[in-house]
Amino acid sequence: MSFEPKILGFLCNWCSYAGADLAGVSRIQYPPNIRVIRVMCSGRVDPNFIFEAFKTGIDGVIITGCHLADCHYLEGNYEAVTKFDMVKYLLSKINFEKRVRLEWVSASEGNRFAEVITDFTNQIKELGQSQFGRKNQDKELLQKLEALEMAAGSYRIRALVGRERKIIEQENVYGEKFSKQRFSEIFEEALDNEYLRHRILLSLEKSPKSVKSLAIELDANSKEILSHILVLKTRSQIVMENIINNQPIYVNIMER
Amino acid sequence: MPKDKIDEDVRVGVFICHCGSNIGGVIDCKKLAEYAETLPNVTHSEDNMYTCSETGLTAIRTAIEERALNRVVVASCTPRTHEKLFRECVSEVGLNPYLFNFVNIRDQCTWVHMKEAEKAYSKAMDLVKMGVAKAIKLEPLGMINLKINPVGLVIGGGVTGLSAALNLSQQGFKTFLVEKEDRLGGRLNSLYKLFPHDIEASEFINALIINVKNSPNLEILTSTKVKNIEGFVGNYEIEVDQDGKTHILEVGAIIVAVGSSLLDPKGLFGYDGHKVITQYELEPILKNKNLNAKDIVMIQCAGSRNEERVYCSSICCMTALKNAKTIKEQNPNANITILFRDIYSPGTEYEAYYRNVRELGVLFVKYDELKLPNIEKKHVRVFNEFIGSEMLIPYDLVVLSTPLVANEDNKELAQMLKVPTEANNFFLEAHVKLRPSDFATDGVYLGGSAKWPVDISEAITQGYSAASRASTILSHSSIEVEGATSYLPEFNKSLCSGCEVCIKVCPYQAIIKDENDEIKIIEALCKGCGVCGATCTKKAIVIRHFTNEQILSEIYAFGGR
Repeated sequence: MSFEPKILGFLCNWCSYAGADLAGVSRIQYPPNIRVIRVMCSGRVDPNFIFEAFKTGIDGVIITGCHLADCHYLEGNYEAVTKFDMVKYLLSKINFEKRVRLEWVSASEGNRFAEVITDFTNQIKELGQSQFGRKNQDKELLQKLEALEMAAGSYRIRALVGRERKIIEQENVYGEKFSKQRFSEIFEEALDNEYLRHRILLSLEKSPKSVKSLAIELDANSKEILSHILVLKTRSQIVMENIINNQPIYVNIMER
Repeated sequence: MPKDKIDEDVRVGVFICHCGSNIGGVIDCKKLAEYAETLPNVTHSEDNMYTCSETGLTAIRTAIEERALNRVVVASCTPRTHEKLFRECVSEVGLNPYLFNFVNIRDQCTWVHMKEAEKAYSKAMDLVKMGVAKAIKLEPLGMINLKINPVGLVIGGGVTGLSAALNLSQQGFKTFLVEKEDRLGGRLNSLYKLFPHDIEASEFINALIINVKNSPNLEILTSTKVKNIEGFVGNYEIEVDQDGKTHILEVGAIIVAVGSSLLDPKGLFGYDGHKVITQYELEPILKNKNLNAKDIVMIQCAGSRNEERVYCSSICCMTALKNAKTIKEQNPNANITILFRDIYSPGTEYEAYYRNVRELGVLFVKYDELKLPNIEKKHVRVFNEFIGSEMLIPYDLVVLSTPLVANEDNKELAQMLKVPTEANNFFLEAHVKLRPSDFATDGVYLGGSAKWPVDISEAITQGYSAASRASTILSHSSIEVEGATSYLPEFNKSLCSGCEVCIKVCPYQAIIKDENDEIKIIEALCKGCGVCGATCTKKAIVIRHFTNEQILSEIYAFGGR
């Protein structure tokens, strides 16, 4: 039997949901793999939803909204873009970036809705079943997904996502205006850092470790790990538990 | 069968609609209803031939009463057409309308998977499961009731504003008319004649002004500027400044009829204000009948439909035709040439006017945007697109048909009103076809050249239209607005870090920091898009009816967890 992927769709109420209904009225057939969650605006899709969906074993997530500049809520879909770009960048760390998609479908584009869903379903079929939907889950990969979700949910990243458009289009609190490219560079560095920091936190949740053993476990260099350890210490997320063989051993003290 | 009951107090009723054969012809609705009964908290489940029929609605009402249901899920067509009906149905027997949940198994299932009945059935199962999961988490919500202050405010005392204000007051609403200049009339005060009937602008506008001044419940404030606007639909407080004196106007609806401005013609085609002037400068000369020119060249699209100003100002063709006709009437020997790119004379009357002007002997020469006419000492040099060669046209006077441009203070007013402007700084309506007189913000309407250059008859039409839209609010003592808004629950207030990201992403400026430096969501302004909640750095903001918990329950119901 061929693989039937589980696909989750978030459709904005005003354009895409109406477009999907129009596909129905026009009897345009498309693959039956998608299950739809109606939201008022594509900008309502919290990045957290996407990570949670993947954790349950869903194979692909598609978000559809009104075309840019046509948003029922003026600019909600632009906010969807900044969130989506962040999620996609993070998901690329576990090669899941092709399992998410953001598309614009208007209320009059029943045809387009069917085409987009067909294309995305085929893409997910080609990628095969998600590792998280399989019986024998890859523990390390799951931990990476968790770290990605936590990074996306961290204050720093959410604040950057929320401010991105203002910083690029207007200015930041220091009166500086950034180009999209410059912002992306800074943002991606922040995402890389937060991802690694949350991997460290998750690892230290299980057992106290030294910088060296963290470096080996997470396949990163010790210097990098140490710099993150210092940040996590100042954030009061970890403490030094004791010293073994002249090496400080750290432990996660965050409550979950 | 043992059930994984989440909450004993939640009793969900599920109604599966056959929709004739639309759903029932593809999947087994009876079997689906039986499946629904196995879902957590479902205490009643049935299938109906048409759930939206009186029989179906009665079945819902009966089940709510007899089975003490406190959640209702209908799996049928689409919420876009039938949610309202079912919400009303459940509230008739006392269930809060927000405790109803819709599952779309027709438009997005049986209709689009007609040839894959088995897969359509398993999709319908999942959708019902997700719908029930969300229903369990639904919370009762109240509509927000807003008192309406039945007073209108019209900003701008030109022909649009005068028409709107007169119309509102004639409907019996107390109306304020605010004009920044010291007299009413706007642009019409500087025009001579009006196309297409060539009546004098002053006669027309003075008659309108007298009507307005005689209107009993219409208060006119000239030399008055809007300084600040607070509030929301039905309850606005407007601070205006009249020659240094501050007044506070309390109104329920606002009409923006601020008109437009003249383009500064400096640098255009050798404009000097003497031998090269604009159509607007020609008007008083014609009015005083002291035009000392025999060879007149008019240049259309002077400063418009180019890279800097891409739009068509829409009134300049008719203005040029009208002024050409007036010149011909005053001096039949005058030679008039109109250099144009396209002539815009829509409808029967304007087209007849254009033909009439041609018959009077006015010459029309087509030029190209890339080969602009050149004003030389005694001639206008132009490449005639019709004959494909250059022409030299002698002139005593060149008249530029310059476009109307957006007022410089539009941005300022737009910010106060929390409404958008478009790329050229004109005001932007909610939707060009569906809501042409509305802004996206409830209670604020627009008309006339504030949104686009229009002629007099269009300005009057739009003024009436805006007044009529405003009266849909003002004629009610109170209105109900959507209760599914975002809010910051008391128990989440300690989570809020005060980062203000929500304020930045809210498209309706519905979120502010109050006097205690706390985030406050003005629910009457909120449209429930949910962007603030999805962006909130601390996930403190809750989006009613689309809460994180509700959406996650749908995800888990599908993904399995």
